[in-house]
Amino acid sequence: MYVSHLSLLDFRSYAAVDVELEPGPNAFVGRNGQGKTNLVEAIGYVATLGSHRVATDAPLIRAGAPRALVRTRIVRGDRASTVELEITPGKANRARINRGQPVRTRDVLGILRTVLFAPEDLALVKGDPDGRRRFLDQLVVQLLPRTAGLLGDYDRVVRQRSALLKSLRGLRAAGRSADLTTLEIWDAKAAQLGAQILAMRLQLLQALRPLVAGAYEQVSDADGAAELGYRASAAGAGDDDGGDGRALLPDDPGAAPPSAAELEQALLAAMAAARSQEVERGVTLVGPHRDDLVLTLGGLPAKGYASHGESWSFALALRLASYRLLGGGADAGDAAGAATPPALPAGGTFWDPDLGTDADPVLVLDDVFAELDVRRRERLAELVAPARQVLVTAAVPGDVPPGLLAARFDVTTGQVRRAA
Amino acid sequence: MYEGAVQDLIDELGRLPGVGPKSAQRIAFHLLAADAGDVRRLVDALTEVKARVRFCEVCGNVAEAERCRICLDPRRSDEVICVVEEPKDVVAIERTREFRGRYHVLGGAINPIEGVGPDDLRTAELMSRLADGVVQEVILATDPNVEGEATATYLARLIGPMGITVSRLASGLPVGGDLEYADEVTLGRAFEGRRVVGR
Ligand SMILES: Nc1ncnc2c1ncn2[C@@H]1O[C@H](COP(=O)(O)OP(=O)(O)O)[C@@H](O)[C@H]1O
Ligand SMILES: [Mg+2]
Repeated sequence: MYVSHLSLLDFRSYAAVDVELEPGPNAFVGRNGQGKTNLVEAIGYVATLGSHRVATDAPLIRAGAPRALVRTRIVRGDRASTVELEITPGKANRARINRGQPVRTRDVLGILRTVLFAPEDLALVKGDPDGRRRFLDQLVVQLLPRTAGLLGDYDRVVRQRSALLKSLRGLRAAGRSADLTTLEIWDAKAAQLGAQILAMRLQLLQALRPLVAGAYEQVSDADGAAELGYRASAAGAGDDDGGDGRALLPDDPGAAPPSAAELEQALLAAMAAARSQEVERGVTLVGPHRDDLVLTLGGLPAKGYASHGESWSFALALRLASYRLLGGGADAGDAAGAATPPALPAGGTFWDPDLGTDADPVLVLDDVFAELDVRRRERLAELVAPARQVLVTAAVPGDVPPGLLAARFDVTTGQVRRAA
Repeated sequence: MYEGAVQDLIDELGRLPGVGPKSAQRIAFHLLAADAGDVRRLVDALTEVKARVRFCEVCGNVAEAERCRICLDPRRSDEVICVVEEPKDVVAIERTREFRGRYHVLGGAINPIEGVGPDDLRTAELMSRLADGVVQEVILATDPNVEGEATATYLARLIGPMGITVSRLASGLPVGGDLEYADEVTLGRAFEGRRVVGR
């Protein structure tokens, strides 16, 4: 798939802009602060209904304007569709597909898929667990858009449950006895939804493991094997693996992870075991919102051990693996030999990603080449060049590898012009 | 900030649900510019509603007497009670014409973040309505969101052991939403396709 047209009204720094994009590489070049990231942020918003930079919609609206409008035309195989999003902070956003009647914004998910590389990706390796959890969950949503609702509900249940735990703590402190009936209900909801999220993450990881290992080898000089693991807050409470919670992800990358039903029991047991500690702290301590994606390099944790260059290779490998999992490189004949999407582990009840024809997601590389050394830069450029569409941003033309300069746009304060 | 009376009006309007500071200001200036007669009618309507309307002592719905119109209607069945969060949900369900039993309005849903527990809802009143064995089925029609689901689960656990059939509206309602936003056809279908969750 590729984006053939982008038009913005009152989005970020743009009052109004129209850009015709090409399949294959497109480079946006302009000094810092000119609006390059704003452009690719809008495209990412159509794919994910969120910004990769901010958690709320308000900053996306041009200062002083009441709402923003993002319109894209997406070509897939021999069919084109238009997706239009009206973003109004504090109100329900509105979506239209092919200029039809307004639909729920969620219905837009899955029409456009993007994989974004950004300087912030380094934090996937070096930063806190929440960035890695978001990485997993966003990938699950791209594969199975309906899980967006599940994630939202789980988040809400955890916040309700934690609020209840806090009030129980208050009662306990006042020496009063507390009725635990409602807590049991929130436990059950948290376990039920949490188990579904957990099951999907584990299945995702099984599919991702060989792809990450392969991509890491391609971007680096294979300075150690890149492995993924999963640290679950639910495991370790009660079983004998030393409590590091790795047990949920099978060692064998081809094996099926535990089912959602098994995970639900594990979560309930872990919550029961953690109950008094949870009441004491007024926090939900068990569940996917407390887990971590563990990245190891040659058997050592990447966080804290890997060099700057190795960390970058790992971050790039995570994004390249996402790209391939979403169907990237499958029919474009990826020069570096991307495999067809892997067979997913057996027993996957949630997992039936029908990615459709011409699935190849749009690759977005925002200011990343400037971060990389020459070797990684060349390798990455080679790997992404054959993609159906690549959008690259850079402050100077010299930061764009020559193979990606086919269509060049100059970006200056609120204007985008195709360079001759 | 405006002077005294205008600002007071904006502040009061701004406390209404769904009215932000900008809308409050717009409404205030609309009222200022409006015909004195129009404003008088609005004031009268507000005064009337506070003086005349109260909550039905049986079901908790809005009523103009001790009991509401639905509780007084002899043609409706006493054997089925439909439990909803708010009076507006009664209106939404009545529109479908699918339901001929009685209602019970809880006055909200379990919501620990806002400090609402089962005791803050009209749960005890519901239980006492079920005590005499007349009611055969309770339909839980709380909102299809996290809080509504939790409330339904809580009530199902409470009522199930009494030997009364407990059912929940079929899915297909807009998830994460409010009952009142469902159109009549969808809501009607959810009623017909309700599933038993306890007995
Ligand atoms: N909501 C907004 N309204 C107006 N201008 C904005 C808004 N958000 C960001 N900007 C402006 O956009 C510019 C940043 O654009 P960006 O795309 O991040 O630049 P770059 O070209 O370096 O990627 C800044 O000048 C910032 O002031
Ligand atoms: Mg930028």
